[in-house]
Amino acid sequence: MSEVLVLAEHTGDDVKKVTLELITLARRFGEPSVVWTGPGAEQGQARCAEYGAARMYVAADAAIDDYVVAPAAELLAQLVREKSPACVLVAGTAQGKEVAGRLAVKIDSGVLTDAVDMQPGDDGPVVEQSIFGGSTTVHSRVRRGTPVVAVRPNAVAPESAAGAAELSPVSLAGEVSGAKVTNRVVAERSERPDLTEASIVVSGGRGTGGAEGFGVIEQLADALGAAVGASRAVTDAGWYPHQFQVGQTGKTVSPQLYLAIGISGAIQHRAGMQTSKTIVAVNKDPEAPIFELADFGVVGDLFKVVPQLLDEISKRKQL
Amino acid sequence: MKIVVCVKQVPDTAAERTLKPADSTLNRASVDGLINELDEYAIEEGLLVAEAQRAAGRDAEVTILTMGPEKAAESIRKALSMGADQGVHLLDDGLAGSDALSTSYALAQVLKQIGFDLVICGSESTDARMGVMAAMLAERLGVPQASLAMKLELDGSVLRIRRVSEDGYFEVESSLPAVVSVIEKINEPRYPSFKGIMAAKKKPVQTMSLADAGIDPALVGLGGSATEVVDFAQRPPRQSGTIVKDEGDGGVKVAEFLAVQKFI
Repeated sequence: MSEVLVLAEHTGDDVKKVTLELITLARRFGEPSVVWTGPGAEQGQARCAEYGAARMYVAADAAIDDYVVAPAAELLAQLVREKSPACVLVAGTAQGKEVAGRLAVKIDSGVLTDAVDMQPGDDGPVVEQSIFGGSTTVHSRVRRGTPVVAVRPNAVAPESAAGAAELSPVSLAGEVSGAKVTNRVVAERSERPDLTEASIVVSGGRGTGGAEGFGVIEQLADALGAAVGASRAVTDAGWYPHQFQVGQTGKTVSPQLYLAIGISGAIQHRAGMQTSKTIVAVNKDPEAPIFELADFGVVGDLFKVVPQLLDEISKRKQL
Repeated sequence: MKIVVCVKQVPDTAAERTLKPADSTLNRASVDGLINELDEYAIEEGLLVAEAQRAAGRDAEVTILTMGPEKAAESIRKALSMGADQGVHLLDDGLAGSDALSTSYALAQVLKQIGFDLVICGSESTDARMGVMAAMLAERLGVPQASLAMKLELDGSVLRIRRVSEDGYFEVESSLPAVVSVIEKINEPRYPSFKGIMAAKKKPVQTMSLADAGIDPALVGLGGSATEVVDFAQRPPRQSGTIVKDEGDGGVKVAEFLAVQKFI
């Protein structure tokens, strides 16, 4: 059976959920082989095995991640030439898509991004994408080279399957080079789940009125065990940090539940959350376009509705 | 310093965007074309870098490069009216339907021919949203990729950017020439002035064909692309949900909905 290369996203000591989703998807096309750059493969091994990874190619040299994208793409290209995999899967994050793009050039292969599903087809994987803000569903395929696919987080649910996840050290032939990362600045880490990976996201918009008003969004997120998101109006105004922006120019999320609080639902925001499974909206403007998407919506003042919702959640927790 | 800003004309995001049944390519005729909003930040950054260079007594010029049908010239004109010096329009029917791999090849061929110290792209286009072009161009041109910049500074021949990461940012250093992409936090694009609009009419725009740029026709267009659309369908509009007016029990009603859906 052919191998399928899966580029791992990890935190240095644990594998991210999106990688488990990718391994799950990879099993439809062959034997999942995880490609791990930098340290931490031993810590991530058990989880990769639990989801069916047959092996892990580990390039432990920390220098690989010290240069922007180029070395990771080169490592994958090297493995594609050696292993002739059925396809290569990377996480559809901003950086993952860049790796996919460079890899495609290196191996002269087609690249598809933002996959929300993939199925085996007669001529290789058929990739489903949701485009134009979710209004059109497209099936595409790669017709030249080894398909390179960037898959959106939350596209599939991780399913466990036995795998050995045997560690196999690899190294990059040649020098690493390119733009060098000289420092990493991590914004204050919260205990909340990762925005792109969370199964529930609570997002606040202009209606929160400011950084102070945004507090109720955080409270609601914590009550639901959710990640916090924000509209562009909010991050542009500096009420909440940029890395939490959901939408066209921010992150694309597709959680099980998306709560849009005080968000009107401009196209730029909808593009980042339209594929959420269930959408709940609270907005004081009955004409707000977000209500066209909402499975459930309340027209009202978020500062009345959300505190009442919080009370109700805590009451139900006590039952 | 030669600065080249890559721009793309895209359908207005506010309009209904569709694919053409015949060849599954974007229906450009049905909607107004606009300059990709995210490319305006790239243009602005190019202008800022050029202004800083000139202020330091060095030569600088900003060239706008686009690939697209005849109408895409409007986007070059807009960029020129913001203050860019000249335009290059890669225009050839053979390019229609090019995928990312083909597009990066075609643009790289032009860039090699016109020369550059700094190539600046927007972080993604609002239509295809792949976010791969800066990375692919850097790979094809064999120069460093300083992408997803929320801040950029040039110190002699050293380029420093802040690259947004999943949970903060990276400080990144690169030599020139390089390919940069910028995100919308980096600046506030200027509006063209009346004077700028008038001046733009006289600025040179060079049109290049595949042959002019030394592009192999077999590697571009629908036929030369490495990907293809198998089928597509308009997604049925979401089933309209239940919208209620808050009568003092809005929060309770949301909680009831969430409970029925087993979220709480």
